[in-house]
Amino acid sequence: MCMTCGCGSEGVHLDGHKDDVGHEHEHVGTDGVVYRHAHRHHHHGSDVSHRHDAEPAVPREIRIERDILAKNDSFASDNRQRFEQEGVLALNLVSSPGSGKTSLLVRTLLALQGKTPVAVIEGDQQTSLDAERIRATGIAAVQVNTGKGCHLDAQMVQRALAEQAPTPESLLFIENVGNLVCPAAFDLGEAAKVVVLSVTEGDDKPLKYPDMFRAARLMLINKCDLLPHVQFDVQRVIENARRVNPGIEVIQLSAVTGAGVAEWLDWLEREFGAVKARRADSVAVLKRRVAELEAQLQAQHTFPANEPHDL
Amino acid sequence: MHELALAESVLQMVDEAARANGFRRVRKIVLEIGQLAAVDPAAMRFCFDAVVRETVADGAVLEIEEIPGRGWCVHCAAVVPMDDFVAACPQCGSFGVQSRSGRELRLKTLEVE
Ligand SMILES: Nc1nc2c(ncn2[C@@H]2O[C@H](COP(=O)(O)OP(=O)(O)O)[C@@H](O)[C@H]2O)c(=O)[nH]1
Ligand SMILES: [Mg+2]
Ligand SMILES: [Zn+2]
Ligand SMILES: [Zn+2]
Ligand SMILES: [Zn+2]
Ligand SMILES: [Zn+2]
Ligand SMILES: [Zn+2]
Repeated sequence: MCMTCGCGSEGVHLDGHKDDVGHEHEHVGTDGVVYRHAHRHHHHGSDVSHRHDAEPAVPREIRIERDILAKNDSFASDNRQRFEQEGVLALNLVSSPGSGKTSLLVRTLLALQGKTPVAVIEGDQQTSLDAERIRATGIAAVQVNTGKGCHLDAQMVQRALAEQAPTPESLLFIENVGNLVCPAAFDLGEAAKVVVLSVTEGDDKPLKYPDMFRAARLMLINKCDLLPHVQFDVQRVIENARRVNPGIEVIQLSAVTGAGVAEWLDWLEREFGAVKARRADSVAVLKRRVAELEAQLQAQHTFPANEPHDL
Repeated sequence: MHELALAESVLQMVDEAARANGFRRVRKIVLEIGQLAAVDPAAMRFCFDAVVRETVADGAVLEIEEIPGRGWCVHCAAVVPMDDFVAACPQCGSFGVQSRSGRELRLKTLEVE
């Protein structure tokens, strides 16, 4: 809109004139001079007011001093708070394209079927059929359209949550876009990042993408069924991963044969148990607090009535 | 294309500042980018020029202050230069240097009119 005359950009005019008619207005420029002039209805289409040729431009400095990722981080912390309150274990699955995230998810969902409520958010653009592969297991999957985007951000996840709210005390798998670079920088509010690395990739990957391996809590070495056929040193990749992240946990598995998947399911159960226990604790604290407040209220009500009136 | 998302994020912050401060043109944008932040300044400039077209920041100069990586060695307690997260401490040769600076990604100031 025009900041000076207040006219909107969709044919809305404060002074009642028409789109094709110009108007006149008056305002004080940054130089303190009062400008009165007519102008055709240019409609700037943004929140920026128009220029005056007579008015000298006086530059000034504005200090912002804000983290470029601050906006994403604030959406992420909203998501995290929501997950914690509802006892949802949210995991952010990251890898290069083709490491086996979707295959592993499908196998995991089938194993958890009938035992644990699960939901999936699909952000991978490499294979647009991923959400279909997930839905074929009978699990609800929301496909997030990242457009040209190379990563999911916390606001996209929030929109996906609005589309399909996760059940309290459930697992939420978020399959990120196949990319080991920027998903490391964009917090989604997850409890942990799980990085999948397949044995058909180089064992130096943790050194090439240290940010991602530092950000991950768990590394899954996938496609271990192919180990006899490839040059891949499992000990070396673990050493490399621990060089950038000494605390990283490691599980070797195969999404195709199912070898090692039991260990991954145990890891999930342990993490999920911890999330549920924290929720139970906070609910217990809340209940105690409510009970205390109720007792206080009760005391205030009954105390004067039962007390003999000495004065 | 990590930088594209960051450039868009910067533009969003500039738009917010334009609404709050009522300026109509940005002449200069100063960013602080740490050398350990995995952001390529050249790619950042390229993406920035693409996203600011026909906005308040069209034609603005993008100034990038690069912050060198520095770390603290948990073994010998020295403060050392840090080029990446995996290099050994140049003083004692052990691994386990913790970053102290170099991860910055900040919008510092705007010069506006
Ligand atoms: N041999 C073998 N192939 C696998 C394994 N996991 C996935 N794949 C194959 O790797 C390809 C990519 O898998 P996909 O799950 O789509 O990877 P994503 O891009 O990370 O989701 C597919 O052809 C899978 O069949 C595995 O454990 N062993
Ligand atoms: Mg996939
Ligand atoms: Zn106007
Ligand atoms: Zn005017
Ligand atoms: Zn008007
Ligand atoms: Zn990205
Ligand atoms: Zn040292």
